Amino acid sequence: MAKRVGIEVSLAVSHAVQLARAEAIAAYPITPQTHIVEHLSSLVANGDLEAEFINVESEHSAISACIGTSAAGARTYTATSSQGLALMHEILFIASAMRFPIVMTVANRALSGPLSIWNDHSDIMAARDIGWIQVFVQNGQEAFDHSIMAFKIAEHRRVLLPMIVNLDGFILSHVVEALEFADQDTVDRFLPPYSPWHQLDPKKPVTMGAFGMPEVFAEFKMKHQVTLMNSYDQIMKVWQEWGQLTGRAYHPVEHYKTDGAKILLLTMGCLSEVAEIAVDELRAAGQPVGLLKLRLWRPFPFAALREAVYGAELVIVCDRALSVGGAGGPVLSEVRSVLYPVVPHPKVLGYVIGLGGRDVPPEAFKEIFFQAQAEAEQEPSEEFYMYGVRG
Amino acid sequence: MLEIRFHGRGGQGAVTSVELLALAAIEEGKFAQGFPSFGPERRGAPVLAFLRIDDHHIRLRCKIAQPDVVTILDPSLIRIQKPTADLKTNGIVILNTNKSLAEARQEYGFKHTLALVDANHIAREVLGVLIVNTTMLGALIRATGVVKVDSLEHPLRERFGAMAAKNFAALKAAYEKTVVEEARP
Amino acid sequence: MTKPLEDFTWQEIELGGILREPGSARDYKVGDWKSQHPVWTKSHCIRCGVCWTVCPEGAIIEEEGGYFDVNLDYCKGCGICARECVIGCISMVTEEE
Repeated sequence: MAKRVGIEVSLAVSHAVQLARAEAIAAYPITPQTHIVEHLSSLVANGDLEAEFINVESEHSAISACIGTSAAGARTYTATSSQGLALMHEILFIASAMRFPIVMTVANRALSGPLSIWNDHSDIMAARDIGWIQVFVQNGQEAFDHSIMAFKIAEHRRVLLPMIVNLDGFILSHVVEALEFADQDTVDRFLPPYSPWHQLDPKKPVTMGAFGMPEVFAEFKMKHQVTLMNSYDQIMKVWQEWGQLTGRAYHPVEHYKTDGAKILLLTMGCLSEVAEIAVDELRAAGQPVGLLKLRLWRPFPFAALREAVYGAELVIVCDRALSVGGAGGPVLSEVRSVLYPVVPHPKVLGYVIGLGGRDVPPEAFKEIFFQAQAEAEQEPSEEFYMYGVRG
Repeated sequence: MLEIRFHGRGGQGAVTSVELLALAAIEEGKFAQGFPSFGPERRGAPVLAFLRIDDHHIRLRCKIAQPDVVTILDPSLIRIQKPTADLKTNGIVILNTNKSLAEARQEYGFKHTLALVDANHIAREVLGVLIVNTTMLGALIRATGVVKVDSLEHPLRERFGAMAAKNFAALKAAYEKTVVEEARP
Repeated sequence: MTKPLEDFTWQEIELGGILREPGSARDYKVGDWKSQHPVWTKSHCIRCGVCWTVCPEGAIIEEEGGYFDVNLDYCKGCGICARECVIGCISMVTEEE
């Protein structure tokens, strides 16, 4: 086992990108992602990473430049957050439709307004449908591991889709903590150099980004849909392979103390480990509770989730984003709709927590558990619940 | 698990302190988290920094609400932030001051275990500048024994390069000169 | 174009929507509906190439000797070349029925 080292999680991600031998990086700094690209830029400047670092004037340009470098055949990385991701929005769809395996870290942060630099998931949930592979990580170790694995998944010939690794801004990105690095040899053996499916070549001109006429647009989308769903198999393979190399195995839906659980909390990102503490305490008090941690967000792990809730009577979904005027949080909507065909399906209640950097201690999950338990015994009084909001 | 909160002012290096101590603890094979109170901090404004040290992987991702230890880099913060209001009963206050134990207890009403050091004086003498973050680590280690003094040497060298030796000297001087007095219920 | 667009299944869509055959727009002959076409008076032409530069369809071709003519498959008869010709050696001739 490698020695644990102490490092700020942002820098651990930069190091992962360095070990993955990214060849092109185009990024624009935005809090709380800044440390990642700042460090990468110094690695490139110091000659510690042989890559082209493209300084751009906005995130719209950053992702556009990434499409360019990926089209030219380079292993491409970028990172952003919040308003930056929003500014990228239109190009994100194009990157996936054009099948460029760009890897991006999103340091999750609230979308304004009011202006907020703090953590929640509203940025990525607004980019839910961009057609990228998306995972969430819960600690520095996972941020490091997934930043390397993402390249292998995205670049696989049967995938060729861009991929986002979501890590919570500040409460994960800015924490100095202990983790194990993989060495360069291990990463090189795991991740061979990128062999691009297409390289721009003036001698063999092609057209990229052409019209999709009404006659073929839906067929194009169908192909994207099927490819993204099929990427699941490759994701599992890569995670397994990494597990064999490092002893750290990952699953699309992680289970924590779910054996015999009648009530399941469901979380994403780094609050999942906080919820574990609440589950420990509730279990110790005799409550039949367990925790599901949704790691893979796209492609949605339909079968894994349906299997995970087997035998549960109540699922409490904790969203870190609010679909204003909608059915609560985006995760709640999806989990409900995925579980509806399960017979008999558990009740699904939703809580919106931790918006805009609001602290979420383990006690919050315990309170949510007891509230939801009481609500589930009657007709729920609300479509969903905003936890901890005054007034 | 030991939870330590640093009280400082923007620019005093409270965040650097918790990061260095986290790195030292991790080098000793422990687990640690060092992180700032996230926000648009301005120079001179009161800030917090947090440190958790444990023998196991740490799962918490929230601020430290009930610390075991508060380290106060600047006594003028006591009236503003009330650092001991939520300190555990058996907690420790570590304060940068030139007052005596009796004077400090009387002036600030501290009832917890108290560790004092005149970090301003040491920093001026050893570092030549009035930046007390690394100096105060010496007092913290003396009062808590949370890491070995020598474990700081490598993190200091990584962070400060040529300036590391002076910082380490100031830290060690503070370790020697810190006075600790048990709680007075 | 191998077959009409509406005959493609989703499985047959090219990866990333890339068009590997350059110049596929050549298949679309857009010159059918012009009502006039340009004619050069070569003896006046100074071979400056302004007509070639301004043609929005790229339908003007350079011939041997540096003179210009038009590919009628693609000329829409807009007359920009005649309008811009610096010495006025291009005239637009009405199409015969």
